[in-house]
Amino acid sequence: MLELASNAVVTGLLLGGIYAVASLGLTIAFGLLQVPNVAHPTFVVLGAYCAYFGNLVGLDPVLAGALFAPAFYAAGMLFYEAYFICFERRGRGDTLQSFTFFFGVALVLEVVLILAVGVDLRSVGAGYIGKSLTLGAVTMPYRLIIPFVIGSTVGAGMWAFLTRTHTGLAIRAVAHDDRALRIVALDPARIKRHAFGIAMMTAAFAGAALIVLNPVDPFIGGEYIGRTFAIVVLAGMGSVPGTLVAGAIIGLMESLVVTFVGASWAPGVSFTVLLATLAVRPSGIFGIAR
Amino acid sequence: MSSWRFGFGALAVVAAGAALPHLVSNSYVFYAGFITLQYVIVATAWNILGGYAGYVNFGAGAFVGLGIYSAVFLFKAIAAPLWLQVLGAAAAGGLLGLGMGYLTLRIQGVFFSIATLALTIVLNTIVVNWSFIGGARGATVLAPAPVWFPSIVSYVFFATLVLAVITVAVARWIERSWVWRGLAALRANEQAAECCGTPTLKLKLFAATVSGALIATAGAPYPYYASYVEPGSAFGLTIALNALAMPLIGGTRSWIGPVIGALLLSSIEQAATVTIPTEVNLLIVGLVLIGFVVAAPDGLLGLFARRQNQGARA
Amino acid sequence: MSEPVLSVRGVRKRFDTLIAVADVDLDVGRGEKLGIIGPNGSGKTTLINCITGVLRPERGRIIFEGVDVSRMPTYRRARAGIARSFQIPRPFVGMSVVENLLVPLDYVESKEEGIARAHAILASVGLQSRAGDPAESLSHLELRKLELARALAAAPRLLIADEVMAGLSEPEIDEMLDILFELNALGVTIIMIEHIMHAITRFSERLVCMETGRIIANGKPQDVARDPEVRRVYFGK
Repeated sequence: MLELASNAVVTGLLLGGIYAVASLGLTIAFGLLQVPNVAHPTFVVLGAYCAYFGNLVGLDPVLAGALFAPAFYAAGMLFYEAYFICFERRGRGDTLQSFTFFFGVALVLEVVLILAVGVDLRSVGAGYIGKSLTLGAVTMPYRLIIPFVIGSTVGAGMWAFLTRTHTGLAIRAVAHDDRALRIVALDPARIKRHAFGIAMMTAAFAGAALIVLNPVDPFIGGEYIGRTFAIVVLAGMGSVPGTLVAGAIIGLMESLVVTFVGASWAPGVSFTVLLATLAVRPSGIFGIAR
Repeated sequence: MSSWRFGFGALAVVAAGAALPHLVSNSYVFYAGFITLQYVIVATAWNILGGYAGYVNFGAGAFVGLGIYSAVFLFKAIAAPLWLQVLGAAAAGGLLGLGMGYLTLRIQGVFFSIATLALTIVLNTIVVNWSFIGGARGATVLAPAPVWFPSIVSYVFFATLVLAVITVAVARWIERSWVWRGLAALRANEQAAECCGTPTLKLKLFAATVSGALIATAGAPYPYYASYVEPGSAFGLTIALNALAMPLIGGTRSWIGPVIGALLLSSIEQAATVTIPTEVNLLIVGLVLIGFVVAAPDGLLGLFARRQNQGARA
Repeated sequence: MSEPVLSVRGVRKRFDTLIAVADVDLDVGRGEKLGIIGPNGSGKTTLINCITGVLRPERGRIIFEGVDVSRMPTYRRARAGIARSFQIPRPFVGMSVVENLLVPLDYVESKEEGIARAHAILASVGLQSRAGDPAESLSHLELRKLELARALAAAPRLLIADEVMAGLSEPEIDEMLDILFELNALGVTIIMIEHIMHAITRFSERLVCMETGRIIANGKPQDVARDPEVRRVYFGK
């Protein structure tokens, strides 16, 4: 029983790492920039497929993810530019319209994936997949450890970037008050564009982590939508450390539910957490209570 | 259109619907008609919260599924007749809308939309784990058609027609009342609306409840229509997408917009299903949706109104 | 001296560590023209938000016409007779100019009377020619007039005009002042927040100056303008 529980806990925490990295892009886009990018999980799936194709030509999937990262960064900037031109600049920043825009993009991307690569599950091959590490009573498959490492590294890197570099501080400032930024002659639009590029870049890494963890098909994005938003809200809008903690919490709860209640109930966990957060403390763990 | 004319027109439509099963023997008419009317209900009801108030519900599929399974539950538990199933579905949908609204609309509207994103998966999870209403295996619902109707499908068609008329009437009533103005004001600027005396929270909750209840009723006749229900088909992504697309294409300001959008989308999709695979269908709807949101945010009605204004000035 | 129409008693509003309004006491007499001045960030708008109910202070009470409205939601206070216009105009886009005025009128009159009254108010501010036009098509001055017209629609007894004249030219400022003088002559109490000194000193019977959440001067406009504390706040030592 104890062995079961300790394995469930460890699995949950490791899962939390990948949930967190999948949500990081949303923390930046939605939490900091107020852009409701519901298409983010679908971009993570796209990242997974990019890692898959890299793997087909012999690359390690994580390496493939890293190689695609610059392309995702550029794509993110373009995507933000399109959103900016269509919505923010016109002033009619209607929530309905911008939400619908991203929802449409998510759908189109998912269907394009279906048409391009089909609905079969795809997985990657690497030396460490299939092997596990055993410490005492706990067995950790490497396909869980590696994504966790990716997640923590990207998360730590993001935190360092946002707190130590000029651009990072500018991004956090623009989230706070972009009028003040204009006064010190920084262009908020440019900063937001780079921030969005970075958010999209995390999708490349998250995608690689995702496909190492489990085989993917184009529909997995749907599973992650609820999770990632629940994490971003639980974390406190825009908080990177919060994202890592919230990811761990959700991963842990899902793992415990799967182990002790039943796998078919797992999809409901993140939604329950989301509702509970909104009911009790909408500002999240690390957010400022209004 | 004055209320008298509308009422008369509504009665005429209902009467025609009652007579149709005796005039037409080709049951395809009723199958296709049911789908189209379901679209009309979902689009019009969704628009009450989405178009009038500006709060996006991504979970229309969940509400329809809730309606479907409320009907299944009542049928299996107490052999309820269709009208009671509809009431049950409306109650369930209304409660869900109210609950979600109460939790999220007091904070920020964005959270309402986020919560609805996950709704479909959650309700799916609940149904899959509940064997009384069929679980993952599905449920069979077989009932004989009442006396006047030659087939169950024509009965379902008529019932859905009545529901569609009711939904449109409710939307129209809201639109012609102070409620619409209050919703439009809070959509434009909530704080300013409050400072003008608009009870924004009450109006938001009202819209969420009515919208949820009516969307759910669109699902209630479905078990009779299909005879067999399982979670995969009940909670569909297509409905969620269409619920957004139809009002955006037709126009969100008035009840006429969603109806136009529903008629258009439904006919095109039904014509296309024969020739195009589902995925391409979804792709096209998605692209059209993006196109409208970017280029014609007020939908076809908006484009039409703009052209009229330009004509008047010339 | 009759009872004040508005009493602010010991109101304190905090944002995290910043105390935006610090234990403010203020009385406004019936039919008075009160002006509030102070540098940006002094707490003027926060105070207004507390009075209208948009923000809830941690401490203190707001009493309007003898009734403690501190716990009332904003829309109830609006219906009780407190109206405000916003610093940056917030028109209801998606509706016509006259429909904008119908929103507050919905809670006061029947629809037919409402429409008549809306047109009358639009005429009094000079917007009658734009009645059917969409709100988003208005010019800057027209938007400010709409903002004011909408605040006046439901016949408020207290009007809070928050920087109503920002960005207007001299003749436009005079136009706005005329509207406000006429309104006050009809018995409406007006609180004006403004940075345009000559306008606010011309308009106000009494002037109040705020700085970092406190009232530092309260008296006749000429006296307040000469007050050394006020001069320090605006011009430095």
